[in-house]
Amino acid sequence: METGGLREPMPTHPALAGLVQMHPGSSYRTDSTSLAMALVAGPSARGEWAAMVGVDDLGLEAAAELGVDLARTLLVPDPGEHWAEVVAALLDVTAVLLLRPPSRADAHTVSRLQARLRKRSAALVVQGEWPQCDAHLVLERQQWQGLDHGSGHLRSRRVMVAVRRGSGPEIRGTVTLPGTEAPLIVRREPRSRLREVG
Amino acid sequence: MTGRRVLVAWCPDWPVISAMAEAQVPPARPTAVMAGHQVAACNDAARADGVRRGMRRRDAQSRCPELLLLPANPQREARDFEPVLACIEQLSPGVAALRPGLVALHSPARFYGGEPEAAAVIAESLVGQGIWDCRFGIADDLFTAEQAARGAEQQDSAVVAPGGSAAFLAPLDVRVLDDPDTTDLLRRLGIRTLGDFSSLSVGDVLARFGAAGARLHRLACGGAADRLVTRRPPPDLVCQIDFEPPLSSVEAVAFSVRRTTEQFVQQIGERNLVCTRVLVEAESEGTITSSKVWVHARWFRATDLVDRVHWQLSARGDRAVGPVTTVRFTPEAVEPDVVHADGLWGNADASQVERGVARVQALLGFEAVVVPVLQGGRSPAARQAHVPWGERPLGLRPRELPWPGSIPPPAPARVLTSPWPAVVVDAAGHPTTVTDRGMLTGTPARFHPHLTDSCSAERRRTPLAEVAAWAGPWPAEETWWEQGATRVSRLQVVGVDGRAWLMACVGETWWTEAAYD
Repeated sequence: METGGLREPMPTHPALAGLVQMHPGSSYRTDSTSLAMALVAGPSARGEWAAMVGVDDLGLEAAAELGVDLARTLLVPDPGEHWAEVVAALLDVTAVLLLRPPSRADAHTVSRLQARLRKRSAALVVQGEWPQCDAHLVLERQQWQGLDHGSGHLRSRRVMVAVRRGSGPEIRGTVTLPGTEAPLIVRREPRSRLREVG
Repeated sequence: MTGRRVLVAWCPDWPVISAMAEAQVPPARPTAVMAGHQVAACNDAARADGVRRGMRRRDAQSRCPELLLLPANPQREARDFEPVLACIEQLSPGVAALRPGLVALHSPARFYGGEPEAAAVIAESLVGQGIWDCRFGIADDLFTAEQAARGAEQQDSAVVAPGGSAAFLAPLDVRVLDDPDTTDLLRRLGIRTLGDFSSLSVGDVLARFGAAGARLHRLACGGAADRLVTRRPPPDLVCQIDFEPPLSSVEAVAFSVRRTTEQFVQQIGERNLVCTRVLVEAESEGTITSSKVWVHARWFRATDLVDRVHWQLSARGDRAVGPVTTVRFTPEAVEPDVVHADGLWGNADASQVERGVARVQALLGFEAVVVPVLQGGRSPAARQAHVPWGERPLGLRPRELPWPGSIPPPAPARVLTSPWPAVVVDAAGHPTTVTDRGMLTGTPARFHPHLTDSCSAERRRTPLAEVAAWAGPWPAEETWWEQGATRVSRLQVVGVDGRAWLMACVGETWWTEAAYD
C-alpha cells in the first residue's frame, strides 16, 4: 500500500460539504452520533468498507437513512480492553472507522494508531476524548421541525455546527439533518486573534 | 426382454412418516400432510376415517375432527429418505431415487439367489433401520414394478414374471397413470382399465393424444424401457484425526488439526467444490463431547477450520469433559467453486476484509464481530439486529409489513441497549401516564430522560427540563394474545435545549428508548 505523497480527498457527505473535507489519514472528533454517522456515510455510500468499534447503541436505521451501506459495515460493539488492537486490525481493511474509546487513550496508543491511519489511508471518526484530531465538529444548537404540542412528528432539524481545526479559522454552518442539502456557511473567523503581549 | 429387471422399493405415506417423526407424533394418531390447503398425504388411521389425497382442509377435518395437520416439507422428506438410500446402496449400488419414499434399482437377483430373496434381504435391512412399512415390486420395466410394489403386502414383494407386464397391468384402473387430464378424458371415452387403453393402436393414440399420450400408452403396454438414472454413492468427504495420547489443551488440538483441515479442504477442492457449512465434532474416549455446525460467509479454508476448532473447544470452558481423542469434520453443505470464484479484478477487498475480521475474531472470539441488519418491528430496538460475521441472518421479521404503532422516520441515531428510567410530569408536577385507550392523562410539561439511582432516591428534588415540543403517543400493543403482554405508548419529546428523545410509557413508568442525538 502506498505511503505518503499527495492523496485524493475522500468522498464527504453532501450535508457537510464546505464545512469539512475528509482526507485519508486524518482523524475527526465529534460528540454527536448523527454527525459521526454523516462522516462515516461519505465514504461508505461510495462502496468503501466501514467499521464501528465500541458503539453498541447505534441506530442502524438512522445510519442507513444517512447513506451508510450496512452491507459493508462491520460492528465490534464491545472490544473491551483490546480496543486498540481491534482498531489497528480493522484500519487495515476499512476506509473509515468510527470509534468510541471504551477507556481513555494514552498518548502512545494514539500516536501508534495515527501512524497506522496515515499508512493505510483510512479516516478515523472518534466520539469522545482524542488528543490529536484534524477537525473537531461541535453541535452548537439544534432545532427540530415537524412537531408541536401533541401533533405532527419529528421530521428534520437545523443544526448549527462549528468546525474547529487546530489553530485555523473556525467555520460555522447550518446543516439540515437528515438531508443532502449543502450547508449554509455562516461565518469564518479566526479562533483567537493575536494580541500583543508583554 | 433385453434390459435388466427392475426392483422398486416403496415406503407408503413417506411425507407423513417424515413429518410425524419430526413432530414426534404417536404413530396411531390420524395425521395428514398439507400442501397448499390440500391433503398431500395421510396415514392409515386418517384413511380409515375417509380422508383422501387432494381433499381440502375443511373436508378432511369434517371427516376426522381429531386429524393432525402437518406442513409439507419436500427438503425434509428427501433428507429423511437419504438413510434409506444409503442402506439400500450398501446392498446394491446404483440406486435411482424417484421421489422421497420411492426408489428403483436394477434387481440384484442373481447375487442373492432369486428376486424375492433379494427383496427380502433389502426389507430386513430397512426394518433394521426402523422402516417398518416397505413394499417391493420386481418387473421388466419401472412402471410395472412400481404398480407391483403398490400391490404388495407390508415387507413383502410382488414379482411380475418376465414378459408378463402387459398381463399384470391390464386389469388396473387407468388412473394409476398419474396424469389427471388424460385419464379423465380416457374415462369419459369409456376406457377404464390399462388393458382397454393398451388395446388401442399406437397410431390412433398418437393422433388423438399426441406424444405425451403415446408415452402413457407405452407405459400401459408394459413396454417402456426407460433407463434408470442411477446415482453413484456420494464420496466420503469426512475427515477425522485421532490423537494418541489424547490431548487436553485446546492449543495443542488446534495445532494438531492443521494437516487434517488442509486435507479436508483439498479433497473437496479436487471435486471443484467449496464447503460453506461444516459440522465439527470432538470426541473424548468414544463419546462426542462437543459438536457444532459452523457456517461461513464465503467458504472454509484450512485456517478458518482451525479457528473454528479453537473457538468451539475454548467455548466449552472449564467443564471437565476429558481430553480430546478425535476431531471430525463433516461437510454439511458444499457448493461449486465457480459460484464463489473471485472476479479477475473484483472482490479482492472482500477477502482482505475477511482477513481483518479473522484477526479480530482470533482476539475477541467468534461473536465479537457482527454485521448490522434491519428488520421489521415497532420499537427502534426491534427494527435492527446484529448477526455474527460469517453467519447468515435467520428469522428476521419482514420490513415491508405495515407495523402499526411504529414511529415515522427519521429514525433515532442512538438506540439504547437497555432503556433508561425517565420521568414525565405535567405543569402541576403530577406524573403523566397513558390511559388504556391511548390518551395522555396530562400535557407533558417537564421531563428528565435519564434518572440515575441517586436521582430516583430523591425524585422530587431532581431538576426537570422543560418540554419544548412533543408528539404522540403512538400506542403499540405487542403480543397482546399472550399472558403478561404489555401496552407500550411512545412519545417524542424535545427539550428546551433542542435535544429530542423517544420515550416509552409502560404502565405507570416512563423509559427513554432512543435519542435523536
